[in-house]
Amino acid sequence: MAIVVQRPKLSLAEKLYLPAVLGGLFLTFKHFLRSLGGKSVTMQYPEQRWDDKLPPWYRGAPTLVKDEWGRERCVSCQLCEFICPPRAITITPEEIPTNDPWAKVEKRPKEFEIDMIRCIYCGLCEEVCPEQAIYLRKDYAITGYSRAEMKHNKEKLYELGGVMPGVVNKWNENK
Amino acid sequence: MTTTATAPNSTEVQMINVQVDGEWRQFPKGTRLIEACMKSGHYVPHYCYHPKLSSPGNCRMCLVQLGMPKMGPDRKPELGEDGKPVLNWSPRPAISCAMEVSEGLGVRTQGALVEECRNGVMEFLLINHPLDCPICDQAGECRLQEFSVEYGKGESRFIEEKVKKPKRVDIGQNIVLDDERCIMCSRCIRFMKEVAQDDVLGFVNRGSHTTLTVYPGKRLDNNYSLNTVDICPVGALTSKDFRFKMRVWFLKETKSIDVNCGTGTNIVISSREGVIHRITPRENDFVNSCWMPDSHRLNFKYLHDDARLKAPLVANTPASWTQAITAAAAQLKAIEPARLALIASARMTNEELFLARRLATALGITQFDVLSRPQEGDGFLIANDGNPNTSGAKLLGLATGQLSSIATGVASGAIRGLLVLGEDATKCGIAEGDLARLDALVALDILPNRTTPRASVLLPASGFAEKRGSMINLAGRIQRLNRAIPAPGQARDDWEILRDLIVAVGGQNGVYSVEEVFKTMAAEIPALKGLSLAGIGDLGVELALGEAAARR
Repeated sequence: MAIVVQRPKLSLAEKLYLPAVLGGLFLTFKHFLRSLGGKSVTMQYPEQRWDDKLPPWYRGAPTLVKDEWGRERCVSCQLCEFICPPRAITITPEEIPTNDPWAKVEKRPKEFEIDMIRCIYCGLCEEVCPEQAIYLRKDYAITGYSRAEMKHNKEKLYELGGVMPGVVNKWNENK
Repeated sequence: MTTTATAPNSTEVQMINVQVDGEWRQFPKGTRLIEACMKSGHYVPHYCYHPKLSSPGNCRMCLVQLGMPKMGPDRKPELGEDGKPVLNWSPRPAISCAMEVSEGLGVRTQGALVEECRNGVMEFLLINHPLDCPICDQAGECRLQEFSVEYGKGESRFIEEKVKKPKRVDIGQNIVLDDERCIMCSRCIRFMKEVAQDDVLGFVNRGSHTTLTVYPGKRLDNNYSLNTVDICPVGALTSKDFRFKMRVWFLKETKSIDVNCGTGTNIVISSREGVIHRITPRENDFVNSCWMPDSHRLNFKYLHDDARLKAPLVANTPASWTQAITAAAAQLKAIEPARLALIASARMTNEELFLARRLATALGITQFDVLSRPQEGDGFLIANDGNPNTSGAKLLGLATGQLSSIATGVASGAIRGLLVLGEDATKCGIAEGDLARLDALVALDILPNRTTPRASVLLPASGFAEKRGSMINLAGRIQRLNRAIPAPGQARDDWEILRDLIVAVGGQNGVYSVEEVFKTMAAEIPALKGLSLAGIGDLGVELALGEAAARR
């Protein structure tokens, strides 16, 4: 059955349009006068930023983190690659050589790529990570001149991510 | 159904009455109880039990509750109102894998007792488990993970220190062992002893310190060692080749057959985004049971070789497919049929061989043959024939035994044009210098060999995982190949190239699908009568080859 949508009942002033147009002009003019008086309401991005006002749960660019001993947290389980809705993540795993100080962990990413053109900042990768290795940090202005530049490789991801102490102690020798 | 057992008959298998979860069923004598339960549609979780191996009964996962018929004073089972024996249920569980069905036996695969037992067994199995699923290759196809979700507690009460065992132990040329993950099911030990008959694996130490290891001074270097990785229910035995390469949940599984010998072992090709990551055996009791030799399963890397032929070449310069096919047809037609020869390959599918035969007919070629590949088999799954489709080549009339006369013809200059399909002509007794002297050398292959640089027209074709078709193994079983990955570059399906060549040399109108090729072939070959490519199924069909071959 067709649904009949009731049109709103308009008053005479609304039907005339002009009062609404004048109301809009008045508001614009009010702001104009206020800005003349030095009270700016716009923020001069990118010189001015909201960065320090971002909430702690803000979801910016996904990054890789190292633990307090400098071990790369990621063990290349590829769960983020699996869960990623736009398939932005590509991981190439490799075995950690036996002479490496973290040989006990056995596996790490040889290459870790996130295509920031594809990324939708949903945070599922962070949520699914069993090693707490991937975090969405507060970088939101991801730009580049080419598609290749928009692909964050392992080096770039660790550079953005930095160190995240605590949380997973599984690979600590004493645990 | 009565409880009185039928008199043992020499020809008939004795059937035993068993009650599974309240329902009475009949099973042949000698059936293991776990198999009876699973045949009745009641899954019993298990680790150590494997249908092709003996039952040691050491994982305790398949515990069920048993009921014995209640016996009257006359030593006859008491019958209930429904005429079925009254069962006395045992308060203790028993393992179902190491027990055969017996008359009047009752079994409960569900219920509080069974569930509690499974829960307890799972907890024990997990106390020393490292829980390194994020790096474990088995994750995704691990029984420990699956049963933990299905029957486990979901949390551990174990606060003591876990037992540390050797990790990353190199025990064979293809195998790495992680002892911490091992749950001591002994499947690998039994496989090596009973199937591979190379008893190198065993347990040392006792209790929770029990460790799987190889016999001192020996290694797990058997050519069937990778089957232990397949049957390992956890990630203890890992394949060096597949280790840390790809998580299993990304893999697309394609059912196909092995093309390394005449056995025609059934396989599963696991690939992701056009790259093959591993090949594992697929169960087919008519051919290979559940097993496969390592040398065959690891032989797929050549499909991803950088040297793969990717574009058609005319006189060693890249050309379009139309140009290449036209050039090949023109070159071959310019030579009189008596001076032309065709060398096909018994590595080609039936469909390709059939079209190769048609091409020979269309060109009037009377000299054609395939290269035979005798080799020393191992008496198990590696046949004495290195060609996967010798039977097909014989059935389709391409194995003529003319190869030596073709070689002589090329050497003497009697043969001026040669078509080489999927073979290296220099391996057929033809000298490289003689190939250069030919007026036309049309070669179809996937990788460069000593023939391809001398080809006047070179046609890039598809590897075994890149095409569909059928092959007949040495036992006369017709089986299917399926396409797992796309062919590289401009390379095309072999049958399409042959079809285009037939059309170009003036044959009849082409066929448009490999099913159609099979249909045409089945209409012409008596042994294939009534078959279709779909009708072959995943397990293949045995052909009455003896008489068919005799009739030809």
